[in-house]
Amino acid sequence: MKSSMAAAVVAVSLGLAGTAQAQITVGFVTSQSGPASSIGVLYDKGMKAAVEYATTVGNEKVKLIQLDDTSDPSTATRNARKLIEENKVDVLIGTATAASSNAMVAVANELKVPLLTISPITVAPSDTGERWAICIPQPPGLMVKVVVDRMKRDGMKNFAYIGFVDAWGDLVYNGAQKPAEADGLKILTNERYSRTDTSVMGQVLKMLTTKPDAVLLGGAATQGALPALTLAERGYKGALYGTPGLLNTDFIRVGGKAVEGVQVSAGPVIVAEQLPDDHFSKKISMAFRDAYQKANGAPPTDGFSAYSFDSWLIFIDAAKRATAKAKPGTPEFRVALKNAIFETNELVGTHAIYTFKPSDSYGVDERSLVLVRLKDGQWKYQP
Amino acid sequence: MNGEISAILAMDGIASGAIYVLIGLGLVLIFAVTRVIFVPFGDIAAFTALTLASLENGARPGTIGLVVALAVLATAAEGIALVRARALARLPRALLFYLILPLVPAAAVWWLAGAALSMPSRIGLGLALVLPIAPLLDRIVFRPIADASVLLLLTVAVALHFALSGLGLMFFGPEGVRTKPLTDVVFEVAGLVVNGQTLLVVAAAIVFSGLLFLFFEFTLQGKALRATAINRTGARLVGIRPAATGTMAYLLGSLLAGISGVLIAPVTTIFYDSGFLIGLKAFVGAIIGAMTSYPGTALGAVLVGLLESFTSFWLSPYKEVLVFSLLIPVLLWRSLSFATVDEEEAEE
Repeated sequence: MKSSMAAAVVAVSLGLAGTAQAQITVGFVTSQSGPASSIGVLYDKGMKAAVEYATTVGNEKVKLIQLDDTSDPSTATRNARKLIEENKVDVLIGTATAASSNAMVAVANELKVPLLTISPITVAPSDTGERWAICIPQPPGLMVKVVVDRMKRDGMKNFAYIGFVDAWGDLVYNGAQKPAEADGLKILTNERYSRTDTSVMGQVLKMLTTKPDAVLLGGAATQGALPALTLAERGYKGALYGTPGLLNTDFIRVGGKAVEGVQVSAGPVIVAEQLPDDHFSKKISMAFRDAYQKANGAPPTDGFSAYSFDSWLIFIDAAKRATAKAKPGTPEFRVALKNAIFETNELVGTHAIYTFKPSDSYGVDERSLVLVRLKDGQWKYQP
Repeated sequence: MNGEISAILAMDGIASGAIYVLIGLGLVLIFAVTRVIFVPFGDIAAFTALTLASLENGARPGTIGLVVALAVLATAAEGIALVRARALARLPRALLFYLILPLVPAAAVWWLAGAALSMPSRIGLGLALVLPIAPLLDRIVFRPIADASVLLLLTVAVALHFALSGLGLMFFGPEGVRTKPLTDVVFEVAGLVVNGQTLLVVAAAIVFSGLLFLFFEFTLQGKALRATAINRTGARLVGIRPAATGTMAYLLGSLLAGISGVLIAPVTTIFYDSGFLIGLKAFVGAIIGAMTSYPGTALGAVLVGLLESFTSFWLSPYKEVLVFSLLIPVLLWRSLSFATVDEEEAEE
């Protein structure tokens, strides 16, 4: 009920309630309640900024219908179906968790509607081998690769790894292996700890016995700081590296002095105002900040909301090409839109320059990540 | 691996083992008296840590809401029971114990939160606030089914844990906290750096084990608890009220959980759901002590701490697996060497 109210409000606020014909309808699903809502709400704010930024494709108006998936994959499935079957949306965007996004991919494949996912997932093609979904965020492997490459540039010969004993810890470790081999860096340890651990002394001692040049932190958020704290306690003075999982105010709060100087990869939008003027992301990121400020009354402090914004940019760009071929609201338009999305070429967004090909769901390259260093509690751009 | 590393690991293991000792002792205490394996024990420890952190930040802790809600529920349960039993004369007493006493610390924290409090007064307030949680849960959940089988009580305790961690998320939010260290003192013993914090944890474990021992050996209350533990029916025959001893056990247990929460809060980041795994490891220690022996539990808990510390050095991805696999040989040994008496059957 609440979500359909929200949809109505959005529709009215765009002044589109009456214009039934020849408008493009977008179905947006995010987690506004439940455990994933801390991220889901950011996606929502990013979408508000996107709508503030642009609401027309050529002469066609765009109507946005938004639903809450309550962080639950089965609700995400229901929402996707409802949006397609009842609201006849032309394209779907969603959602906050990997499980729910995968659930939406299944629906998109089945009902043949293009889907722009804003969570980093591995997208399955449909039974016929066609891809209906793309992924906006940087793939986790790439997030790690640029960090490993930076270690090499910084003159490191080897590094010790410590990460969560879960899927995220595996993603980071596996992502580090190939680039480390290519760069001639040696991974000295594969230490793991869990989010509820009270001590990582054993793991840290083991890492220190290997005398690493650097330490790669494969944790996230608050507990990502635990190894750094113990390392500092044992007198480790070497370099610290991490992933965007550490871009979190609680990580800085808990880590304090111990995490000072840690370098992590991040989408360029995170440090938009520090970017040089000729950086691709500078102009569009500042436009995003303005739109976000106008729509939400406060500046963005995260990278997630910018994924929603970028998904909107990709959709608008593709819709321009698709409206020339078919009429919105028809199955032909959905096919045309899907084909147009996979023709996206060097589209500048806040996080990346997007180029999508039918063979792959990810469309970003190494330009989508910059290195930032934590200095006095602030993330500083490291060219 | 050299001598220094093993010494550091041993120290780290003993420090986390000492926390498990405190929680393990509480688990055994409550189990012995009420036959309830009190799964939410770790949650209470985590709630104490979260309460302290809120007080440190000058915010009102979510625990106040939890305690008030529990007190109202318990009073309602007790009131209805008394009305049904036509024992209205006991109503004022019930109000005092189930409503007024728990609300006093809640009110105190409500007024004092936000003021600049010294560390000891924060700890005192936090402990006082957490203290009523276990007895109130006992009144609401376990008293009505006090004579049920151990299995049913365990199932209910597990359900209670999930309910509590859900409430924890509601009252404290999803982010983790870490409080300021209780002491910054650092000692150097034979080239080894020893944290004052570690010493404090170990000292607390020793002191409370000792106090429990004295309490059970030399006070009438303690003897009554032991009597109830050994035989409920027999204890009732000689004039001990199992309900009252149960409340006593829960109070003591709450205190132990609270103290371990205070000690653990500066060492690691505590989330609303951190308590479960800590409780589970303490439970492994308690099982090594066969859920009955206090010294056995203490030894078992330290063993778990040491095992955890050394496996985190050798084989960190499998640390949890190894710690919990310890249960298999222990249970085998227990059931082979003490296969004679099943308490449950002996009672009925």
